[in-house]
Amino acid sequence: MWSWVGHRITGVVIFVFLLVHVLDTSLVRVSPEAYTAVIGAYKNPIMGLGEAALVAAIVFHAFNGLRIILIDFWKKGPKYQRHMLWSVLILWVVVMVPFLIRHLSIVFGGH
Amino acid sequence: MSNDTIAAPRSAHTPQYKRHKTGRASFEMMAWLFMRLSGVVLVVLIFGHLFVNLMLGQGIHAIDFGFVAGKWSSPFWQVWDLLMLWLAMLHGTNGVRTIINDYAERNGTRMTLKTVLYIAAAVIIVLGTLVIFTFDPCPAGAVTDLPSFCPVP
Ligand code: HEM
Repeated sequence: MWSWVGHRITGVVIFVFLLVHVLDTSLVRVSPEAYTAVIGAYKNPIMGLGEAALVAAIVFHAFNGLRIILIDFWKKGPKYQRHMLWSVLILWVVVMVPFLIRHLSIVFGGH
Repeated sequence: MSNDTIAAPRSAHTPQYKRHKTGRASFEMMAWLFMRLSGVVLVVLIFGHLFVNLMLGQGIHAIDFGFVAGKWSSPFWQVWDLLMLWLAMLHGTNGVRTIINDYAERNGTRMTLKTVLYIAAAVIIVLGTLVIFTFDPCPAGAVTDLPSFCPVP
């Protein structure tokens, strides 16, 4: 049940970000200065934490989405759905830990 | 040997079992299937996108106009990003449509929200597609953050 709530919320959050992300990337068509100025905002530490949260949401939605697909199409999917939820959470940690170490050290590394 | 199968009932009024024959039902079936197929492809596209843009080299610090110009000078990344744009937008739009149908109970509210959703989605898909294809990596008059392959002014 809560995995369904989580899937919904992350889906909407990613969608809203995607709308904004296409708009900011479109600034490359305005001028290099406009793009670089706005993308510069993504590089401060506060935004760095926001990006980390966003990636956490996407990684959860992606792995849980694959779990939903397996429940629907794999014969034994419904039987193992609970095990697969644990796998989703474990995979999420396995991906997020190295991601956070790398991304946060880039963001807070002070280049 | 006699027939093992049971003959069809003769009644003319036997209701036919019609599975997704109506337009509405087959649309929902296609949408359901699309969510799953696009999901599988999106995992590859999005994880690849995040890895190349945030993990390699200087990570997010490397992203500026020249970075984007460098990527889109290759048809590989143009196609990658175009596919990601269309699949993610259609997947996300269809997902939000489901959510609106679930929670907006008044007919008027539902229609209004979905109209706004479809217009926003169409604008973003068209805009993103145009940007990928009309992009100029060395715009005239620009001096900062250009990719290294641009002629020096
Ligand atoms: C990374 C790969 C992704 C996978 C594997 C995936 C998978 C799925 C699946 C299987 C569903 C359930 C559909 C259903 O119940 O019929 C779903 C729903 C949804 N997805 Fe994704 N998705 C991915 C990426 C995205 C992205 C990038 C967005 C946003 C643009 C998004 C937004 C949504 C939304 C809003 C829903 C509806 C949630 C609901 O009805 O409760 N997804 N996704």
